[in-house]
Amino acid sequence: MAQTGKVGGRIRDRRMDISMQQAVLAKAVGISASYLNLIEHNRRNIGGKLLNDLAIHLDVRAEWLANGAEDTLLSALQEAASSSSENHDLQPPEELAGRFPGWAALIVEQADRIASLQDSMAAVTDRITHDPALATALHEVISSVTAIRSSASILVGQEVLDTDWQERFHRNIYEDSRRLAENSETLVSYLEAPDTETGLPIAPFEEVQEKIAGLDFHIAELEGDKPKAVADIVGQGGFKSDASAALYTSYLTGYHQDAVQLPLTQFALSARENNYNPVVLSRIFNAPLAQVMRRLASLPPDMDIPPIGLVIVDAAGGVAFHKPVEGFDMMRSGGHCPLWPVFSALSRPDQPIRAVAALPSATQSHYQCYAVASSFGEVGFDTLPQIRATMLVIPVAAENEGATVPVGMACRICPRDACTARREPSIVANIAARL
Amino acid sequence: MAKKVLLIEDEPNIIEAMSFILSRDGYTVHTHENGETALDKIRAYPPDLIILDVMLPGRSGYDVLQDLRSEDAISDIPVLMLTARGQTKDREQALRIGANAFMTKPFSNAEVRDVVQKLIEA
Repeated sequence: MAQTGKVGGRIRDRRMDISMQQAVLAKAVGISASYLNLIEHNRRNIGGKLLNDLAIHLDVRAEWLANGAEDTLLSALQEAASSSSENHDLQPPEELAGRFPGWAALIVEQADRIASLQDSMAAVTDRITHDPALATALHEVISSVTAIRSSASILVGQEVLDTDWQERFHRNIYEDSRRLAENSETLVSYLEAPDTETGLPIAPFEEVQEKIAGLDFHIAELEGDKPKAVADIVGQGGFKSDASAALYTSYLTGYHQDAVQLPLTQFALSARENNYNPVVLSRIFNAPLAQVMRRLASLPPDMDIPPIGLVIVDAAGGVAFHKPVEGFDMMRSGGHCPLWPVFSALSRPDQPIRAVAALPSATQSHYQCYAVASSFGEVGFDTLPQIRATMLVIPVAAENEGATVPVGMACRICPRDACTARREPSIVANIAARL
Repeated sequence: MAKKVLLIEDEPNIIEAMSFILSRDGYTVHTHENGETALDKIRAYPPDLIILDVMLPGRSGYDVLQDLRSEDAISDIPVLMLTARGQTKDREQALRIGANAFMTKPFSNAEVRDVVQKLIEA
């Protein structure tokens, strides 16, 4: 549709765009073709019912016929179109803005968001590529690894070294391993706490998780005889979006139910007496196993509770909630190791699973895991049950292990080379193989 | 007569390990730790092979290599470049300005020995 500045022109352009004869439109709205012709050439003013009728038969909004699309929306649409690398056969933006103003606004909003994300991505890429601090830190790490590798290879070589050389290379390896540890910590700190704001938006899930983590996964305001109203707590949360507030509301509502059914003092005492075994506690309190696990993970650290992690996943393996514990941090974006008991539980609903999971080569490597999958939500004849699996994760000493399940955090960073569950090669395995 | 290798690298423990393995293979190894004065060292002591790190204090290995290739007296010395960056563009840059070989850290001792032998015998 050509851009036309007056109402008559917009009527004519739209009519021609949809290949409607002037006489047909005139008849449809109850006027003569000649009168419509005068209107289309802006020689008659129109409004009210006639304008509405024309808009209906032309399938556009009357406001658009009267005023055209707003200039800002049009220019924003044109800008959005110009940012595309593809040569789409696009209709003029006036038609889109006139007929589908909501969709047009959505396109503009998404184009703005894409531009914002591109700026953020460019900032991050630039940081990674050109940041001298990051380059130096990485260089230090790789230099340490190189020195350790070279020295270690000499020590394990076939040639017998005299004591002096052995001591020297042992000392070098010790020095470099210390340097590697320090530089690794520096690198992690640097990546965790950027000194400039990249503007990357935070997703509602992450925002709520950060909020809960900041409270040590214990909501004191919902405990006791006089809990605070969930809405009041959410209202004071300062969330960036309604979606975050809704997620937090859902979490707090569930937390409150758990707190009512499993009173804090009584539950914590019993948990300690029963070595935090959720199955035993489930029997004592006659409560669902998943609820007991959630409650165990929400006990406050100041009650002398051992570290307890928790993860809740849906049937697709997506993480709906996680409380990390030393060495165990199931990131939300996929790629998880399918060998964790929480995923085994998904295939056996209502069957509790207990296993000691062993991570490769970590400071804290063994975890007592309790997992169970259960249905939730409304049940009906025509409604399939939704399944979620909950897993409690308690760090244990390696020597306590019985039969262990070898697990990883994600294939990409897992060095287990003979794993049947592997989905993709590991960068760690590659490095280890070369050492 | 033993072949001479000049190792230009600023990490002391890498220098020690590489010097050890190359000396054990029969090479005479000299070392230098600064990019700014590396060419002076090369001119004063032209080796049969240079092992040149990219990230050096004072001046990058790329700059040292470029100047080396423009000086007739020393331009023919084979150079093995070492870098912590293994991207294709880094490799291409090194080879474009005249490196004879390019190795990414962390490398194995066997790889270094193999490449050094090939470059010196070439």
